[in-house]
Amino acid sequence: MEAHLEALVVENLSKHFGGLSALEGVSFRVDPGERLAIIGPNGAGKTTLFQILSGMITPSSGRIFAFGKDITKWSAHRRAALGIGRTFQITNLFLKLTVLDNILLAMEASGLARFNLLRPVSSYKDLHSQAEKILRQWGMWDRRDIPVRSLSYGEQRQLEIILTLSQNRSLLLLDEPTCGLSPEEAKSFVSTIRSFPRNFTILLIDHDMDVTFEIAEKVLVLHFGEVLAFGSPEEVKGNSQVQEIYMGRDDESS
Amino acid sequence: MVFIITQIINGIVFGMLLFLLAAGLTLMLGVMRIVNLAHGSYYLLGGYIGYSIAKLTNNFFLACLGGLLAIGILGMFIYKTILEKRFAREALAQVLITFGMLLIISDLCRWIWGGTPLAIPKPKMLEGVIHLGEIVFPVYRLAVIIIGALITIFLWWFQERTKYGAIVRAGVDDEEMTQAIGINISLVKTLIFSMGALLAGFAGVVGGPFVGLSIGLDMEILLLAIVVVIIGGMGSLWGALVSALLIGLVDSFGKSLVPELSIFTIFAAMVIVLAIKPSGLFGTK
Amino acid sequence: MKNPIQSLSLAIVAAFLALLPLVLPSFYTGLLSLILIFAIFAMSLDILQGYTGLPSLGHAAFLGTAAYVVGVLNVKVFKGCSFGVELISGVFSAAVVAALLGLIVLRSREVYLLMILMASSMMLWGIAFKWRSLAGGDDGLPGISRPNFNLIGWNLASTTHFYYFVLLFFIISAILMYLVVHSSFGHTLLGIRESETRMQSLGYNVWLQKYIAFIVSAIFAGLSGVLLAYYNGFVSPSEFHLVTSAEGLIMVILGGAGTLIGPAIGAAIILLVKNFVSGYTEHWMIILGAIYIFTVMFAPQGVYRLFKQLLQKWRPIWKPL
Repeated sequence: MEAHLEALVVENLSKHFGGLSALEGVSFRVDPGERLAIIGPNGAGKTTLFQILSGMITPSSGRIFAFGKDITKWSAHRRAALGIGRTFQITNLFLKLTVLDNILLAMEASGLARFNLLRPVSSYKDLHSQAEKILRQWGMWDRRDIPVRSLSYGEQRQLEIILTLSQNRSLLLLDEPTCGLSPEEAKSFVSTIRSFPRNFTILLIDHDMDVTFEIAEKVLVLHFGEVLAFGSPEEVKGNSQVQEIYMGRDDESS
Repeated sequence: MVFIITQIINGIVFGMLLFLLAAGLTLMLGVMRIVNLAHGSYYLLGGYIGYSIAKLTNNFFLACLGGLLAIGILGMFIYKTILEKRFAREALAQVLITFGMLLIISDLCRWIWGGTPLAIPKPKMLEGVIHLGEIVFPVYRLAVIIIGALITIFLWWFQERTKYGAIVRAGVDDEEMTQAIGINISLVKTLIFSMGALLAGFAGVVGGPFVGLSIGLDMEILLLAIVVVIIGGMGSLWGALVSALLIGLVDSFGKSLVPELSIFTIFAAMVIVLAIKPSGLFGTK
Repeated sequence: MKNPIQSLSLAIVAAFLALLPLVLPSFYTGLLSLILIFAIFAMSLDILQGYTGLPSLGHAAFLGTAAYVVGVLNVKVFKGCSFGVELISGVFSAAVVAALLGLIVLRSREVYLLMILMASSMMLWGIAFKWRSLAGGDDGLPGISRPNFNLIGWNLASTTHFYYFVLLFFIISAILMYLVVHSSFGHTLLGIRESETRMQSLGYNVWLQKYIAFIVSAIFAGLSGVLLAYYNGFVSPSEFHLVTSAEGLIMVILGGAGTLIGPAIGAAIILLVKNFVSGYTEHWMIILGAIYIFTVMFAPQGVYRLFKQLLQKWRPIWKPL
């Protein structure tokens, strides 16, 4: 199947856990550079979808194509090497290690450093200067020697994003990135994402509707594991089913 | 032909004994993630206590009762005081603590009962042999098979028909969730640990007449029980039963056909199973 | 690379170790050799346990394999010591065992891994125990001769000379293991210990990293097995036993997992205690078992970390000095 133009093609994806159907016949496409938001009530299958896309769990049926390649059976690390990056809803950083260590590990992932048994980490000058560059860019350079678990929650969420960025991934899966952030931090996050260049394709799950609609160019609505609607934010907002099930809570006076 | 049938029966007898041990071990693992390295020690200590009671009272059944009660209580005590709160989920910590207990119990056994191998005399009514066609077989060992079968049925009933068993089957250990349903998970865990210990102690007495009691038996039988659990799958009683019988048979045939490498045949079985299914025959994780 | 204070203190320790035999009675020098051998063993286990987060109750498999290979070559093949061949064969066979075992075993989760490794090592014990023709069965293989270094004036039959022989290998292994643990490869092990899923989503082939760590750790454990064979002059199945693996593990924990120095200290403590206590009572196993339990319950971070914490607390006192 030819899928060279799209960054991501999901074809008839299903996932069953025992008798429970978490995803059923989900299909959609994402163009390169596009910002797709995935919304749906709790239990709709959003996180399951991300788990499958990133390779953490295998689908029961269906296929996935990324950058033209059939990655359905690929392992998580192979997908990461292809260019799929992911942030986690529950902070999944190396808590006992320092900020610098976290970034260095992200950078050592490609290349042969990870197999070098004798050369000390501290001797990799280029890796260190790259790490310094990115940490300074985000204002975290002076926090570099602090163990991650001592950072504030907001700083940790920020580090999650930096980690993914430092790896030059082109397809980003952002799983509830604003979870637990204050309104100011969330606003700051939104403007950061909006400033990302077009060589990044972004899939976003976020319960905060303001954040979601400020970033999204396309929206995928999941309900009980099935696609309820897929289209531009206006189309989706205008969809009566969607309004009924899901948006009624949000005060849409506009 | 006689040889084959004799080995099969021997294998099943030993398999039943292993099942008694493995059942407790696999339940502890499946529900509580506890690796109880002292399980073999429970077997040995139970057997020794049974031996002393048998010597004192000349009553085999009192010995069985004594063995299982003593170890059941010991197990409950150890679980409640050390394992339950502090180390519920830290595998490494439990392993080292239970190993420490293995050393302590092993030394105590040698201190109290000495280093020479002992055997518990069979109960009078189960002495003698039975003739099945050409095969001559000790009555006692057949009785062991029957006892094992009864216990298997009891455990099946427990797992399939009681609400406690439902917890075991679900592999659930979440306090809040189960308390919401109205089941005291802490009680279930204590019950399982004590029951496991109790079965081990009981097995020690039951095995007393033909396996005997000696130094090093605690390790040997622990190893076999662990292999049974690995092959059968953590947390699966069926797995424990099937693989216990399997190992019993392999051990029996192995010892008589290739005595130098009988352990190796068991190893091979474990490796083959793991290569095909890393979580064991009936394992789910 | 290493900061100057670290290098200085290590140099002091090395000098101290080198000078000890001059003041100690011969018996204690011999004990010190054993301590250094098990320090290598414990440090190798730390690579797995402390740095990668892979606890193992089967580490004795590597020590035992190497020891037996040396034993068989020495007693049955060469009928004397061919050091180079024995050393390389011993270490290599430990690595092979790890390579084979690792293929089957590293896909399993924590608790399972612990038990499978334990079962595997005990299986080897069982084989050694029963195999009379090649391995001597439960009697083991006596009569292992030490290497002959007469050309350079070393007589390894002497306790002191043998100690320096062991010390040399200890220093080399310690330096190598230190390098590995601080290398970029070693760095990835820390990541795996902290979060395997994160490492996977970062693009690491976590299985492969673990596999390499497993083999590297086995190589050093094998080295300790080779040295042990020469030290004892014989090998017995207990080299494979769970007791040996568990002792290694408690040395790591008692000393401090993930510090490399800690396990070496742990080895010293355990062996000294064993030696001391068994001189007073034949029930030293009860004491040892109690130590296992108390260590886990009250000092799980290990003696070395405890020591460093105390140093930090008393900093205001000794800093101005």
